Amino acid sequence: MAQVVLKQINKFYDSVHAVKDVNLQIRDKEFVVFVGPSGCGKTTTLRMIAGLEAISSGDISIGGQVVNELAPMDRDIAMVFQNYALYPHMSVFDNMAFGLKMRKFDKSEIVTRVNHAADILGIQELLKRKPRQLSGGQRQRVALGRAIVRHPQVFLFDEPLSNLDAKLRVQMRVELKKLHQRLGTTAVYVTHDQVEAMTLGDRVVVMKDGWVQQVGEPLELYNQPANKFVAGFIGSPAMNFSTVTVTERDGGLTAVNGGMNIVVPPHLVDRLKPHANQQMTLGIRPEDLRVANGSDPAGLSFDSKVEVIEQLGSEILLDVRVGDGTMVASVEPTTRTKIQESLRLAMNPARLHFFDAKTEAAV
Amino acid sequence: MIEGAKWRTWVYFRIPLFLFLLFLLFPFYWMVITSFRPDGELYRPWNAMNYNPFFTLKPTLDHIRYLFEETLFATWLWNTMIIAAASTAISLFCGVLAGYALSRLNFPFAGSLGTGIFITYLVPQTLLFIPLAEIIRNYKLGDTPWSLILTYPTFLIPFCTWLMMGYFKAVPKELEECARIDGASRWQAMLYIIIPVAIPGILSAGIFAFTLSWNEFIYALVFLSSPEQKTVPVGVTSELIRGDVFFWGPLMAGALLGSIPVALVYSFFVEHYVSGLTGSVKG
Repeated sequence: MAQVVLKQINKFYDSVHAVKDVNLQIRDKEFVVFVGPSGCGKTTTLRMIAGLEAISSGDISIGGQVVNELAPMDRDIAMVFQNYALYPHMSVFDNMAFGLKMRKFDKSEIVTRVNHAADILGIQELLKRKPRQLSGGQRQRVALGRAIVRHPQVFLFDEPLSNLDAKLRVQMRVELKKLHQRLGTTAVYVTHDQVEAMTLGDRVVVMKDGWVQQVGEPLELYNQPANKFVAGFIGSPAMNFSTVTVTERDGGLTAVNGGMNIVVPPHLVDRLKPHANQQMTLGIRPEDLRVANGSDPAGLSFDSKVEVIEQLGSEILLDVRVGDGTMVASVEPTTRTKIQESLRLAMNPARLHFFDAKTEAAV
Repeated sequence: MIEGAKWRTWVYFRIPLFLFLLFLLFPFYWMVITSFRPDGELYRPWNAMNYNPFFTLKPTLDHIRYLFEETLFATWLWNTMIIAAASTAISLFCGVLAGYALSRLNFPFAGSLGTGIFITYLVPQTLLFIPLAEIIRNYKLGDTPWSLILTYPTFLIPFCTWLMMGYFKAVPKELEECARIDGASRWQAMLYIIIPVAIPGILSAGIFAFTLSWNEFIYALVFLSSPEQKTVPVGVTSELIRGDVFFWGPLMAGALLGSIPVALVYSFFVEHYVSGLTGSVKG
């Protein structure tokens, strides 16, 4: 049992309130990812779980035990750092064995465990080398190995992949996922990369300015973002936003701005009624836009002018001008269009998002 | 190589480098040649026949023999060695601990304490020896090696502390944090991880401290009086310059032999020492 429970966690650095009232229950064997822009408090939260930062207020418990006052070494955790933090003067074997030696394990047990971990990670032949003789990906594996030999209750990852090049990052991401499936150890992972968060996390915690914005499974965040920030942060390319005014017309609701007249789909009408005649933010993901054909109702399509065409092979990203704003649409790779050409785009009515213009909360 | 670059490397690099080396090494050459030149040549007037200031055809070991037989040079060497080693050891011990504390532990006034230590280093020895002489007299340490072993750290500790502070700051904080998660206490993390990683820095601090105390002159001159207690720099200058008579041969031989241990220490550690100065720590 290695639940990690954060209860009303706060962190103050002098006058800066870095982490604000974080409440979270991380279940046993769960892989939870903290994601957010730099300075959102995600790393600070992780370091508080690790015991590297004091908790200003609140309680953190690991496996049912409150650990606020426990030193990092007594929390039964292992952490992987962004710069790997391998001990440069020790061989790979000694790097991995250090934690076990400190905990006074038997020599034979140490050898068994290090070899086992090296097997899992495929670094058997590197055990005698020094960290400076390793490539980035190998160092990353050694850092992982150092964490898994200890069989800790919880793994903590602090942006472990951000020092790797793009290709290696994708590869290590898959391996991390496999590793977690194999070991089943509770893991807390911090990243600023939403793709990593979506692919690795059983649940994802989105943070901004020290506040938790939303906690949920990856698709839940994607489909039902709690607010405009989460909607814009999760998904790539990012969701399009435009400010609209919601007006009552013909018994229904219409969202209007310079270039669009969108008839609010029936399932949203009840929720938007109270906001009638107010400014709201309309959100639509690039992948929910497509080139309109003749049969699309006028209330769900709009005219735009193509400004930039980005050919990605599997899709085409169009930067288009709509009224006085711009949007990105992800369209079929077979689409033929030219810069400055006008194009009518249609939206998927089931996937429209509305946000309160002031509070930015989803409606 | 770029066409026409050859004469450039000569004009802008090789020839200036050669002149610079010549300028730098000439005193050493003069020291060596004087050490082995017989007195007859040394005190020959410049307009005499066969006057060859830059080399000698009759090298002799007389000056070195004189140094060891007629003076206490061996004792001075030994004294200097002991004093330099002991004061370096004391200063390194204090400097490493203080440097670690000032760079890693967040305690109140750490910054101003660091600056304070640096300021003490800026007080010139030529002023400091006056109050120190009073202290040495009161503790009755005058004319003993202790008078130097205990006073050299007054300038060596600030020096080592500052050098080590800079070095420790360059060691990634995560190394220590990782060690502490791995189960090491703060002491163990320092002992097993940080200090081994900082060895190049410690070596450079040690070499500098050793050289500074080896060459130190004014404290040694003031605090030591009997010939058998003296260090090389003081011994050589006080025993081989009598009034206005300079015993050039033994003087230069003493200087030569006195600089050999420092040169050895330098060349032995030079690899570590250079990387220590550039502060390279890679994960």
